[in-house]
Amino acid sequence: MATPRTAHDVDDHPTSLTRRSFTTCAAAAAAGWILTACGPKRLYDVSRERLRELVGDVEREYSATYGKDVTVSAAGPQPGVLFGYALDISRCTGCRRCVYACVEENNQSRDPQVHWIRVLQMDKEHGVDFAHADQYYEPAQVPEEGKFYVPVSCQQCRDAPCTKVCPTGATWAEKDGIVVIDYDWCIGCRCCMSACPYGARHFNWKAPSVAATDVNPHMHYLGNRPRPKGVVEKCTFCIQRVREGRYPACVEVCPVGARKFGNLLDPDSEIRYIIEHERVMVLKEELNTMPKFFYFYGT
Amino acid sequence: MARNTAALAAGVATVAVLALGGCHAGPSRDTSADDAPWGGTQVVLPARASGEPELVQVPPPPFSDGVFPCSDCHAQPDLPPNRTRRVLVDAHDEIVLKHDEEHRWCLDCHDAVDRDQLHLAGGELVPFSESYRLCGQCHGEKHRDWRAGIHGRRTGFWNGRKEYLLCVHCHDPHAPRFKPLVPRPAPVHPGPMTR
Ligand code: SF4
Ligand code: SF4
Repeated sequence: MATPRTAHDVDDHPTSLTRRSFTTCAAAAAAGWILTACGPKRLYDVSRERLRELVGDVEREYSATYGKDVTVSAAGPQPGVLFGYALDISRCTGCRRCVYACVEENNQSRDPQVHWIRVLQMDKEHGVDFAHADQYYEPAQVPEEGKFYVPVSCQQCRDAPCTKVCPTGATWAEKDGIVVIDYDWCIGCRCCMSACPYGARHFNWKAPSVAATDVNPHMHYLGNRPRPKGVVEKCTFCIQRVREGRYPACVEVCPVGARKFGNLLDPDSEIRYIIEHERVMVLKEELNTMPKFFYFYGT
Repeated sequence: MARNTAALAAGVATVAVLALGGCHAGPSRDTSADDAPWGGTQVVLPARASGEPELVQVPPPPFSDGVFPCSDCHAQPDLPPNRTRRVLVDAHDEIVLKHDEEHRWCLDCHDAVDRDQLHLAGGELVPFSESYRLCGQCHGEKHRDWRAGIHGRRTGFWNGRKEYLLCVHCHDPHAPRFKPLVPRPAPVHPGPMTR
């Protein structure tokens, strides 16, 4: 495996230089140089030293803003790891505990409200059918008779349409499979939102709000650090937790144990057991996005 | 190696020796003998693919306040076990059995002689901290999935130490069906399209 690094893998695919592409590249390089000379450095372009400075800067900034000790990690992918997720549709009760655990863990804006997880209520009679799904259900108690629930967040596609359309290269898939966004490079054009077939990306229309007391000070540069207004954000499998070996917050909070997570490359992992022993599906398989988020029927 | 064996090494060594070394008859007893009897227990799960045993930590059983040890009341000489199947009225009358109640009653799981333990169908005593073995007699599939980590909630580290819950942390053994939950609030509706 390659050494761990937080890097765009564009440089793993050298292209042959024709005269034409050379000119284009040169122009792009010049534009890039001007941009980087004036603006922040893209995370995957900088040296380790500069990265430490960058992270130190944002740590100080957030610590001052929220009046508490904030740590911002820039930990890269672990070698030999490709993350996968599985959700047991036969167990999910639609209680939305995962939605709010995610909001708290990942510093999502409370007002205006941003939710990375949407729990879709569907009719057992119709099966998985997005056209008739309801995310605004509000009965006194769940689960309701005749209904089942499909929580949807970023599917961490292996062939992710969102990363292909981004004009600034602000979003990409890391080696461990997590699709990330560099909030300093996102220009808020929302191309990725329209490219994503799962509605997994969310835009900050206003300055996001999180009270200082509610801020989770345990942050990752490419994950739950507070976003500015005008950028896109989404689920990162709790990058700040999983790169340290911990389970994502939604896995730990789910009261029925419907959520499972692990390393797809480890034959001993829970996720591999599920893929090998259960009836597993992915959403909108026909689109060939190849999600690393699987749904299964455990009973 | 993705699995964080180093962090576990010490624990695995002790528990694995006690549990695997002390047991020739297969998976019948898989917890460490020197764990505090009513404290948390470490369960060694047989490895699936790599040949390494896996360790998970299980918290103590969720007793109601003051009921354990059962022998505090039941061992009194004037309270000999009454093995007649009946509806309890003098004590434990708050327990309404809704778990195959036509066919079962207290002493099918609770032991009449050693009041602080449970017993399997074959009579083998099982401490409350290993009640999953009792459950697994009927619910073999669920027991298998629980051991594989896909039934029930796991917390901790995907590549290292995990914490498991006993069946009875989520399912009341006397009425195991899940109670409905009050859902957390729905997301704010963006409102009707105005243009
Ligand atoms: S917390 Fe678990 S049961 Fe509740 S909505 Fe989320 S996945 Fe479903
Ligand atoms: S679910 Fe959407 S945001 Fe997530 S990787 Fe796929 S296309 Fe991108």
